[in-house]
Amino acid sequence: MLKIENLTATVGEGEDAKTILNALSLAVPAGEVHAIMGPNGAGKSTLSYVLTGREGYAVTGGSATLNGADILALEPEARAAAGLFLSFQYPVEIPGVPVMTFVRTAMNAQRKARGETEISAPDFIKKSREIARVLSLDPEMLKRPVNVGFSGGEKKRLEIYQMMMLEPRFMVLDETDSGLDIDALRTVAEGVNALRAPDRGMLVITHYQRLLDYIKPDKVHVLARGRIIRTGGPELAHRLEAEGYDGVLAEAV
Amino acid sequence: MDCCGGMDEHDETCTEVKVKDGIDAGTVAAAKRLESENYSAGFVTDIEMEFAPKGLSESTVRFISAKKGEPEWLLEWRLDAYRRWLTMEEPVWARVNYPKIDYQAFYYYAAPKNAAKYKSIDEVPKEILDTYAKLGIPLREAEVLLGVEGAAETAATAREKPRIAVDAVFDSVSVATTFREELKKAGVIFMSISEAVHEYPELVRRYLGTVVPATDNYFATLNTAVFSDGTFVYVPKGVRCPMELSTYFRMNAESTGQFERTLIIVDEGAYVSYLEGCTAPMRDENQLHAAVVELVALDDAEIKYSTVQNWWPGDEDGKGGIYNFVTKRGDCRGARSKISWTQVETGSAITWKYPSCVLRGDDSVGEFYSIAVTNGRQQADTGTKMIHLGKRTKSRIISKGISAGKSDNTYRGLVSIHRKAEGARNFTQCDSLLIGDRCGAHTVPYIENRRADAQLEHEATTTKLSEDQLFYVRQRGIGEEQAVALLVNGFVRDVLQELPMEFAVEAQKLLEVSLEGSVG
Repeated sequence: MLKIENLTATVGEGEDAKTILNALSLAVPAGEVHAIMGPNGAGKSTLSYVLTGREGYAVTGGSATLNGADILALEPEARAAAGLFLSFQYPVEIPGVPVMTFVRTAMNAQRKARGETEISAPDFIKKSREIARVLSLDPEMLKRPVNVGFSGGEKKRLEIYQMMMLEPRFMVLDETDSGLDIDALRTVAEGVNALRAPDRGMLVITHYQRLLDYIKPDKVHVLARGRIIRTGGPELAHRLEAEGYDGVLAEAV
Repeated sequence: MDCCGGMDEHDETCTEVKVKDGIDAGTVAAAKRLESENYSAGFVTDIEMEFAPKGLSESTVRFISAKKGEPEWLLEWRLDAYRRWLTMEEPVWARVNYPKIDYQAFYYYAAPKNAAKYKSIDEVPKEILDTYAKLGIPLREAEVLLGVEGAAETAATAREKPRIAVDAVFDSVSVATTFREELKKAGVIFMSISEAVHEYPELVRRYLGTVVPATDNYFATLNTAVFSDGTFVYVPKGVRCPMELSTYFRMNAESTGQFERTLIIVDEGAYVSYLEGCTAPMRDENQLHAAVVELVALDDAEIKYSTVQNWWPGDEDGKGGIYNFVTKRGDCRGARSKISWTQVETGSAITWKYPSCVLRGDDSVGEFYSIAVTNGRQQADTGTKMIHLGKRTKSRIISKGISAGKSDNTYRGLVSIHRKAEGARNFTQCDSLLIGDRCGAHTVPYIENRRADAQLEHEATTTKLSEDQLFYVRQRGIGEEQAVALLVNGFVRDVLQELPMEFAVEAQKLLEVSLEGSVG
């Protein structure tokens, strides 16, 4: 489903250019959930930004395809329409734009790009209500401007709300667990798990093993110095939790 | 009350933000130039016109007055103003730059031939009707305008959609006014000011020039001398005007000045909501627009005045466009009266405009809600004045400035609390949004307070359309242009909510069009 081969990317320009991703290769088949763990500064967030097309990063080598189609050449919105979704580590505030308006605009923009018809207002509201219930979101919150005055936990839940509304094909969750208490974490994980499907893939970026107790990964990758240095099953996450990154990093040298 | 006179003395209060630093590599890259194709109202109507001789002199003033068969007092008033104007200096304190205006290079009167006043809509030439239909701003107005003889439409159909009565001003004359008869039944007078001079001379004479005197400022004095047409509204005691009233200004003729004069009087306990819209063709030459609007609210009266200004802003190199020098002022003359200005300014090469409220009556309320967008090489210096004279008077100012391209956008506002304005209150909020790195936003607030018990609040923010926001929105599947429009709409939301529903939708579209090509 998602296939990344020898992806190399830099940030900054000219002499200041710094290589953040260094010939990174990774494949997430349809139906699987892979976790990416790694120390600070390993390039985890950069990977999510390069995949989704944020400006400020230059891809200097390698490729990334979603269901066989090159995504790196596409504008961010086209990648979204192709089914790529990023749950942000730091969700952004959008003053004056109510959540429902925002998500409906996004949904219809994606549908339009795919040549589908727009969702009707009643269908949208019905769907929104159901998802809000699953995530224990106050429906009043959805009338407020996106993320403005939301707590850290509310912002993260709102990311998952958007994800469930937009039903992407491939999801990248960037440190979704940070800022969540244990109850919120469980709720969020339920939402995410509800989206697991044979034709969907997921990349879960996290520092801690904790989230993986709730969202069980098929594989765990360790990202360090811009590349995957180790891949294993869920037990690898436990080992990292117990021993820290140092041991694994040392082995990989 | 001199309009903004002496404001330059306080320039140290100027808080200025000029953005020069670039955002990370090309996110909101240098703003793309404003493409002239984006201005859909830029066409020219080909119709036979009648002009006053080019240039300005006493005989021009006499020509205009004679064309309208005006009474002697009005001609004298004009001539006095003209003579005074000759001794005045063009104001230079605003943050706008433009070449010196040659006042002799304009026509001060231009009217479709035989237009003196069409008796009914059937007599209005097809070219003009087509012009308004094509502008479609707001479309409903155009429909109503075309169906004017259907003013006797059944009440049932009328109730289905909100109706708007329109006074259509084409260059120097009013060509049609709709729903007049129906309004008359409610006691509301709605007609062109030229007609009102003849039909209601006592009302016009009693109020004309009492809010913006002939001596007020350079442009207002010029307007007094040469004003051609405009709208007159009178709402009698206790009447809630049954529909929205509006004037639609169209500048068509080349090298023409438009000098309209609007006078709205709302008697005790009455209410009116009035809308004003404007467009002009794309021309290489600058056109001059110097209007005066006077509002009078008596005891317990309320006036809601909304403007959507979409004059031609000039091309991407700053060639052509309208010079908009407008004096708008409302007088809350009566106790508990209220005047509310809402403006959406997207056009004009130069905007110089400060819709103001004189809060004379005790417990009167003044409001100013503004969205000013500049793109390309537009320059806007706009804001308001709230003059608190009466006891417990309240004012509220919400200004949203959006700068893109290589434009400059200035908010300039005065809050003045006079000695007798016991317990006066003001709240001011000025927000500026910058798109790209070659535009400027400036906030110049002036506060004059003579009362220890006044409550004054001022909040100001300047933000740049952030790369983070833009990326977040695009990651959800929304294209760049739409993303900008969405963010801008969010930014101006609290002002859009003040507009009548019909206009809010138009204004939203207009914002989108005005900002097309504003990000790289």
